[in-house]
Parts: sequence; structure tokens; C-alpha cells
Amino acid sequence: MNLLTLIVVLPLAGFLLNGLLGPRFGRPFVTAVGCGLPILAFLATVRAFLQLQAGGGDDPLIQTAYTWATVGDFKFDIAFYFDRLSAVMALIVTGVGSLIHVYSTGYMKDDPSYARYFAYLNLFLFFMLLLVLGRSLLVCFVGWEGVGLASYLLIGFWFEDPAKAAAGKKAFITNRVGDAGFLLGMFLIYRTLGTLDMDGINAAFAGPVLPAVSASLIGVLLFIGATGKSAQIPLHVWLPDAMAGPTPVSALIHAATMVTAGVYLIARLHGLYEHAPEASQLIAVVGVATAFFAATIAIVQTDIKKVLAYSTISQLGFMFLALGVGAYGVAVFHLYTHAFFKACLFLGAGSVIHALGGEQDIRNMGGLAKRIPVTFATFAVATAAIAGLPPLAGFFSKDEILWFAFASESGGSPLLWLVASGTALMTAFYMFRLLWLTFLTPSRMSHEVEHHVHESPLSMTGVLVVLAVLSAVGGFVSIPHFLEHLLPLPGVHHELEHYETPLIVLSVVLALAGLAAAFLIYGKGLARGEALAARFPRLHKLLSGKYYVDELYENLLGKPLNWISERVFLGLGDRFLIDGSLNGMASLAQRAAGRLSRVETGNLQFYVLLAVLGVIACLAWIWRNG
Amino acid sequence: MDRTQLLLALSVALFAIGLTGVMIRRNALVMLMCMELMLNGVILSLVTFSEQTATLSGAVLVFLIFVVAAAEIAIAIPIVLLLARQRRTLDVGAYGDLKG
Repeated sequence: MNLLTLIVVLPLAGFLLNGLLGPRFGRPFVTAVGCGLPILAFLATVRAFLQLQAGGGDDPLIQTAYTWATVGDFKFDIAFYFDRLSAVMALIVTGVGSLIHVYSTGYMKDDPSYARYFAYLNLFLFFMLLLVLGRSLLVCFVGWEGVGLASYLLIGFWFEDPAKAAAGKKAFITNRVGDAGFLLGMFLIYRTLGTLDMDGINAAFAGPVLPAVSASLIGVLLFIGATGKSAQIPLHVWLPDAMAGPTPVSALIHAATMVTAGVYLIARLHGLYEHAPEASQLIAVVGVATAFFAATIAIVQTDIKKVLAYSTISQLGFMFLALGVGAYGVAVFHLYTHAFFKACLFLGAGSVIHALGGEQDIRNMGGLAKRIPVTFATFAVATAAIAGLPPLAGFFSKDEILWFAFASESGGSPLLWLVASGTALMTAFYMFRLLWLTFLTPSRMSHEVEHHVHESPLSMTGVLVVLAVLSAVGGFVSIPHFLEHLLPLPGVHHELEHYETPLIVLSVVLALAGLAAAFLIYGKGLARGEALAARFPRLHKLLSGKYYVDELYENLLGKPLNWISERVFLGLGDRFLIDGSLNGMASLAQRAAGRLSRVETGNLQFYVLLAVLGVIACLAWIWRNG
Repeated sequence: MDRTQLLLALSVALFAIGLTGVMIRRNALVMLMCMELMLNGVILSLVTFSEQTATLSGAVLVFLIFVVAAAEIAIAIPIVLLLARQRRTLDVGAYGDLKG
């Protein structure tokens, strides 16, 4: 078995071992398999990465695991493709993934379905690696669907609660809408290019003769798939509900890895998107709009995980903005820093929830800084990182996105920059609001919760520290530079070049302004924030109602669908046509038999008479016709 | 009227008497005997035709029918006996409640 196949297969083995044998062999076995195999996969990825670097870094490793199907003279291979882009992704997936597995051993310690949890988590890792390493779009799609499945299983992990099970279904169904776009895009690519290998697709669009197909059409179709997986407008509605799952799951799947699959897909197919200016423009606009609206919603959320969920949507919007203006490497850079600080934030939130025994409402928190100092310190570092304070990781990546949104020659505009900067300001504001309300303001906890507060075990705090360090220094690894041969950065408008330094200063000022505003309003507690909400009741209602998108979808799609199912398919089709015809025939037979049974009088002579009459009738018929 | 016709007329007469008996008599034993009469009418016609066509198959069939008739009566008589013992009558009208 070659190295890349090994990376993918290790978590699958973990899934099978834990899924089939885990409950029988007990927790130490589950822990060893559930954490050990992802760590081994990480080490194998590092080894593959060293091999790639030893070869100069520009020649991808391509290894075929299996020929799936041969149709005519076209072969569908399950092949893995390892270049610098997939290397970065695979390292994030296995690295952050392993950390979160270790964290989970502490967080899920008392859960009765411990083995099932690790089996699902390993399954997710397997599909995610398939998605990231697959050479063909087809393999990528299998992984794409598989992570959706794993996400569904883990959101609904505590399925005894109907609301959580419903959240899982919502995520899955919303993703299906996007997947339809992905599939159509794939069909179109295969029809016109005759290949689904992603390097082949990029090469086809890099050649002197462009394929006879609209790159923008394919681009938009694939982007629809990406909006589903990466929770962009209009398919963003599932991600906040997905917080019903266990918190490490939110960190791994719904912050660090799976939701960035759409970003990865578009960066992977950059050759196509470079020839799709309309699609790129759409991506930039959708990205920046999502970033902005999600940030406004995050300002008024009171559930610690919901704030982080909207912040994730918003940061994903930033990544799509970068993709839309052609700065693919920068998008991957932000993906990479975001994986660290958002995983750290979610795991920190998990640690807070763990400490408070399940409390998630930040209005009932406060004063935790002294009680759980490690969680507070790491959470603060990650908050500063996402807010974009230098020299933490988020500063570098976000700043580059803002710069290219402003000055890129392929679609940048001051308007995009303006909205994105406003979003960055709001990001700093809502993140520091969260920090103050959770950790710094005087305690608003009830007495028994207060009594219960305790710092998390080492398996959790250790992971938090590692992630906090990575969020602090991760920005010094310049991913865009590292990926430059693969994903060249777009040109910059010449006359705008001298704005670069002022813009950096401005973005730092904005981050600090967000911090200051959060301190002014929430530094002392909830009172000022609530007064502000009371001053603008309509705005507050609109924001806390999440712009009523859920209600809109419910009225526009949910209710008509329910009506048609209820009335037409159930009422007319099932009850009337199918049940009706069957029951009708049964009652027809019953009634006919009821009539006929009156012939049976019990009088033997009468029976004989009937028989004789029958014989006579037969004879008469034979006489007439024979 | 030759012999064959005479024999056939006799067979029809036997059958008709038997049938009439089954239809109008209410005594279970008499009805069974009338059924035997009908059977014998049929057997007679079989033998007659067998003789007329100078083949043996009709005659062989007669023996088969005898066996069947014996078996049938061996079942029918005990049934009637049991019914008669229970109902204290041989009138088939009293057995009307046996219908399904």
C-alpha cells in the first residue's frame, strides 16, 4: 500500500475497529484506536510532505489506489494527488483533527456512546482526506458526500433530543441542494472535457485553446455546491443549527475542516475560475455579503456556540471574497489560520461549557477568567487572532484578504474593501464582547453553577494551549508564498500600490476600535448592551431573528412542500388512489360474497335442484351451440 | 326398439327415479339409496355402450366406480349414523344448520 493510500485508509480502519469492536473492548481500546490512528495518519502526511519537499515541491505525488470502473476507454481511478495545496489541507485536517480527537477523550469522557462518537469522528476524517487528496472530482465528490454524512451523524449524535436530530436533517438536506449544483457542474465538465481529474481540468483551461464551454457556468454550478458545504448565502442556514452536536465536532467539522471544503474546491480548480470572471465576481459578492450579514447577526447572539457559528460563516465569507478576487493562495492562508484560531475558540467554548456543566448562554456567565485561567488565556489569544490584532495569525491572513479585495486586478474594488473592513470591525467587536461577557465581567452565574466550575483536564487544556500557540505564530508561515507556483497571486492595480501601508494601519485601528467599543459597551456587564438593544428594538429584533431567513424558507419552501405532500401525495395519491383501490376491491369481494352466500340455505334438496338446473342449462347450451 | 335402446331407456329411468328420490324425499338413508340408484343408472349405460362398441374400457370403468361407490357409502353411512344419533331424526331438514 502506498503512502497516500495509507493516510486515507488509517482513519477508515479506526472507524471500522471502533464501530464494530469498540463497545466490546472498552474505553482504553477506543481511545487508543480513535486517537492513535489519526495521529499515525498525521505522521504519514508529514512524511508525504517531506517527500514532496525533497522532490522540489513542484512535482505532485500521484498514487493510484484502485481502478474503480472502466467505461469504454475511460478509466475511473481512485487516485490521490498530493501537491502543496493538498499538503496544506491534509496537514490541517490530520493535525487539527488529531488534536481534537485528543481533546474529545476529555470532553466526551462520561458519554455512554463513547465508541460510536470516535467511530463517527474517524469516519469523518477518512472522508475529509478522500475529499482533500482525491485527484478526480469524482473521488472528491465521494468525500464531499461522506463528510456530509459524518456531519449529519455527529450533529444528531444525541438523537434522543428531537431538536438535535432535526438539526442534523436540516444540515443534510440543505447540503443536498448544493450537491445538486456540484453534480451538474461535474456532468458539464465530463461532457466537454472528457476528464474529471482536477489537474486535467486546470490544464485544459490553461492551454492556448479554451474548451468550448462557459467556464463561468461550470464555475457557478460548482460554487452552488460550495455555498452548501461552506454555509454561504443562501444556503448558510444549516450551520448555526449544527451547533447541536458535541462541541469538539463543531470545532473539527463546522469550523476547521469540513466547511472549508468549498474554499478548497475552488482553490483547487483555480485554473477554471481564472477564466470565469463572472463566476468570480459572484463569489466575491456572495462572500462579502455573507461575511457582513453573518457578522451583524453574531453581534446579538447570546449562545456562546452560536456566536462562534456566525463568526465561522463570516470568516468563510472572507475566504470566498479572497477567492472571488483571484487571491486563491490568500484564501487558503486564511483557511489555515482560521483552522487554528477557530478550533481553539470552539474548544475553549467547549471547555467553558464543560466547566459550567452545560450552560451555553453568555448572559449567565461572567467572571470565569480567574476560575478557569488556561481556558481564558487560550481563548483570549484566539480572540485577538480572529479580531486581527498583530502579530497574531488572523492579522496576516485577514489583512491580505482586505488588500486584495481593495487592489486586485481581477475584480478588486474599494467597495468590496469597505464592506469587508466594516465586517472586520464587527468581528473584533463581537469577539471581544464574547470575551468580556464570558470571562471578564462580574459573575452572573447561579449559585450551583458557580459551585460546579472547574478547570478542564489536561487532555483538553493541553490541546487548547497547542492551538493557541499555533494561532499566535501560525501567521508567520506565509502560505501564499509557499503556494505561489501553484496558485499565483493576482496582479495589483499600479496606482493603488502606495495604499498598502495605510490600509494595514487602518485595519489594525479597526480591530482596536472593535475592541474599544466592546469594552465600552460590555466591559461592565450586560446593562449597556441591553439599553442599546432597547433603543433600537426593531434592528435588534431583525438581527436576533437572523433576518428571518429560516422563516422565509419555511414559508416559501417548507409549507408548500408540506402542503403538497400532505394533500396531493398523501391525501390524493396514497390514501385515495392506492389505499382506495385496494380497499375498494376488498369490499367489493366481501359484498359480492355476502350476496352469493344467501344461496346456501342448508336445504339439501335445494342444492340438488340447483345442480340439476345447472346440468340442464349445460345440456341446453350444448344442444343449441354444439 | 333393440336391446341397446331398451337398456339405455332402463338406465335413464333408473337415473331419473334416483334423482327424483334425492330431490323429493327427506329421509337421509332413502336419499343415499336414491343416489346409489343414480349411480347404477350411469353404470348400466356404461356397460351398454361398452357392449355396443365391443370394447372393454367401459366395463373396466364399472369396477372402478363400484370401488368408489363402496368407499363413498362407507363414509356417508357413518356420517348419517352420527347425525341421526345426535339429532334423533333422519330428516335432512333438521341438519340445515350445518351450512357454512
